[in-house]
Parts: sequence; C-alpha cells; structure tokens
Amino acid sequence: MNKKEVIKKLQKRVTPIGNGTAIDHIQPGLGLRIVEILGLDPKHAAAIALNTESRKMKRKDLILMENRFLNEDELNKIKLLAKNATVNTIKNYKVVKKETLGLPEKAEGILKCINPICITNHEEIKTKFSIKKNPLKAKCFYCETTMSENEIKRYIKK
Amino acid sequence: MKAKESLKKTDFSLTDVISIYDFSKADILSVLKRAKEIEAMTEEKKSKLLEGKTVASMFFEPSTRTRLSFETAIQNLGGKVIGFSDARVTSAKKGESFSDTIKVMSNYADILVMRHPLSGTARLAAEVSSKPVLNGGDGPNQHPTQTLLDLYTIQKFVGKLENLKIGFVGDLKYGRTVHSLAAALTHFNACQHYISPPSLKMPKHIKEEVEEKCKIKETEELEKFIPEVDVLYMTRIQKERFPDELEYNKVKDAYVLTKAMLKNAKKEMKVMHPLPRVNEIATDVDETEHAIYFQQTASGIPVREALLDILSRVKK
Ligand SMILES: [Zn+2]
Repeated sequence: MNKKEVIKKLQKRVTPIGNGTAIDHIQPGLGLRIVEILGLDPKHAAAIALNTESRKMKRKDLILMENRFLNEDELNKIKLLAKNATVNTIKNYKVVKKETLGLPEKAEGILKCINPICITNHEEIKTKFSIKKNPLKAKCFYCETTMSENEIKRYIKK
Repeated sequence: MKAKESLKKTDFSLTDVISIYDFSKADILSVLKRAKEIEAMTEEKKSKLLEGKTVASMFFEPSTRTRLSFETAIQNLGGKVIGFSDARVTSAKKGESFSDTIKVMSNYADILVMRHPLSGTARLAAEVSSKPVLNGGDGPNQHPTQTLLDLYTIQKFVGKLENLKIGFVGDLKYGRTVHSLAAALTHFNACQHYISPPSLKMPKHIKEEVEEKCKIKETEELEKFIPEVDVLYMTRIQKERFPDELEYNKVKDAYVLTKAMLKNAKKEMKVMHPLPRVNEIATDVDETEHAIYFQQTASGIPVREALLDILSRVKK
C-alpha cells in the first residue's frame, strides 16, 4: 500500500480531511509527542495512526488534522523532533503542498534551555539555539549549554 | 598625539566581551598587545585613557576580588565608577527585570562591567545594552577576563604562546577556568596534558573541541608529566565535588604540588593557579623560580585595563 492509499484509507476509516494537515513518515513513537506539542483543537477532528505499516520505513506514525495548518514555529518544532517527517497541506481534498522536513538551521523560541540557571529560564525572553547536525545538538545562545538529541526532544516547548 | 594614539584602530573585532569563544586569535593578540603597552605607560599617561568616561560596575552577586580588580583598573585609567556590589541593595530585588536594569544603566555609563549568578546574563546584556558590556563572570559559564589574564601571564613569563606544552591539574570537570583556557589555547597549537582523578576528568565536549586542533594526553599521575611541560596549571579540588569523604581523601593528596616534585622540571617551567589555593600547591613552591601565580593574579589589572580601553573606543 502506498502512502496516498494509506491516507485515503485512514481518511475513510476515521474522518475525511478536506482541509488540513497530514504529517506523515513520523518515526514510530513520536506521533503522540507531536500531537502533545501541537495541541488538539476541540472543534475539529484529528486522526492519529501509531506504528502503522510503511513501505518506506517499515513502521511509522501518521497524524491527520482537520482545518489545522502549521505555522513556522510549529514546523520547526517538528523538524527538531522528527526530521524525516513529511508535512502535507491539504486543501479541497488535494495535497497542495508537500514538504520533507530535515533539520532547522536554528531554533528560536521553540526550545527550552536545559540549564536551570540559564537566564532564559528566569526572564521572559525568546530562547535562541544554534543547531549542529550529525549528531543533532543545540547550543544555547545565552548560557552556551549544549543539548543532546534526546534532551532537545524532551525540551521542545508546547 | 596622545589623542591620536588612543583613537587608533585595533584589530579587535568585537563590540562586547562576553565569551572567550567569541575571540579570534587576532582579537586575543590585540588585547594582549594593548595590555603590554598599557603596563609600560606612566601613571599619568594611563590616567588619560578613560578620562571623562563612566564605567558601570554591576555586581549582581558579590565577588570582592573581581570587583576590586575591575574598579582599580577603571580608576587607574582615570574613569569614573558607578554601580553596585550586591544585587540585594538594587532594584533587581524589587522585581525590575534584568533587561530593564541594563537598559537604564546603559544610559548612565559608557561601558558596563557585570557579574551575575545566572548564566547567559552577559550575552543578554550585550543584546539589550546600547553600550559595550564586559563580562566579569556569568554564573558558572564564562569569565573571559580570567582566560585573557592567564594568556597574558603565559606570554609574559614563559615568553611564548605558540606550541606550548601545558599540563592542567586537579578538577578539570567543573573548573570553567581550565575549560576556557584549554579552548583559547587551541588558537596557539598547544599540546595539552590533562592530569586529574578519574571522577574529575576534562569533559568530553571540551576534549573533542580541543582535539580538533591540538594534541592531548590524559593521565592520573602528576609527577610523570612534570619534566615535559612548559606550564603546570594547578586547580583546587573541592571536597563538595565528591560523593563521600573517603573518595576525596584518596585523591586530594595525589594532586598536591611540592618543591621536591619540581626537581626534574624544565628550568623555565612555570606553575600557575587561578587562586585562591587551599593546599594544592605547597608553600615551599612559592620561593622557586617556577611559581608565577601571584604575578598571574596581578596580570588581571593590565588585561582589564586593556579591555576597558579597547571597549571605550568601540562603536556599537
Ligand atoms: Zn541556556
């Protein structure tokens, strides 16, 4: 079954998405964390498929959200969490935009610093981190603490 | 002519002194060069460098040693000092945000010298201040003037910075002084020996960074490396760093330097220590030609003078 068929099948099974966002190819286990970060809109439907079969990656998580479109901060958060995910923007039952994520160049205002005595945890200021790839690391612009991939994943702001 | 000289451009590329990681080799060398020039000046000439300038000395946590060193430097250069030595008596405790305090102070002063218990405050201050900021320590993060005075001391008393062999001894895990100096020395192709108990080893991320440019060796034995090095940089091993007293007692005496241990050292080898020391350098080392830790502390004055002088000419 290819991706479109999976989406179609899920849409049929749960709810058809005419307008909204489908986040696909999420590494299994991260789907719920993404939903937690994005938050659910009580007025609209969402479908979450966990550990579903995938041709490309054997298993994956998948999120469909009706009438929900992601802003840049939200996209960057997902990039930090699941860089291999694909974000499809659906309008009138058509995928109008498909974006394969990759890592962001920097992270501003989307990550909390792990250092309890960092000024960003004591005063209302936008956090800033530079991002290093392979392995993923984030360095706080203010206190210079470097966070590992696992730490980054735990400290993404909701 | 004096005015002309003081307006002359330097190779210094920064607008604030926040972190040693911001410094290029040229930045470091220009500070050291200026410190040397200032140290050679007459009192009178020196006292013109900050004439008519006001420097805010903002100590959000008390640190008498650092504050006196900065304030002496400001006064030597003829500058006026305003500020506070303890945040408890300032608006910071009345709920004014740190950013606001900095913005207000940057209206009164030409340079802001600051120390704060929280990390990242100096970087934030540099962002919100319209005047140059000089970091005198932001929590356990950075204390760039210590690193620069260490480099100045090495250059002055060892005679070189390039291709140095340096041994760092003691608590290499928590000591920001050694982390910063180790990083700064990567500009100068230093060969670095890390001598510490297993539980206080140099952190991996520092080693990785240094290893990209310099050779490093690690050991637990102090005496073995003494004949090899040009500089032995001693640090204090703090009892609080150990889970139990037994563990502490096992290692504390292994990293105490005595005069007898220096018999095979190179004649021109120098022993440094950021002070205060407890017992890690026996007092009989003081009388040897190797000891330069008191001169090292004294280097804080010309180095801070150089930074203040350079920052007084910076356009932000
Ligand atoms: Zn931080």
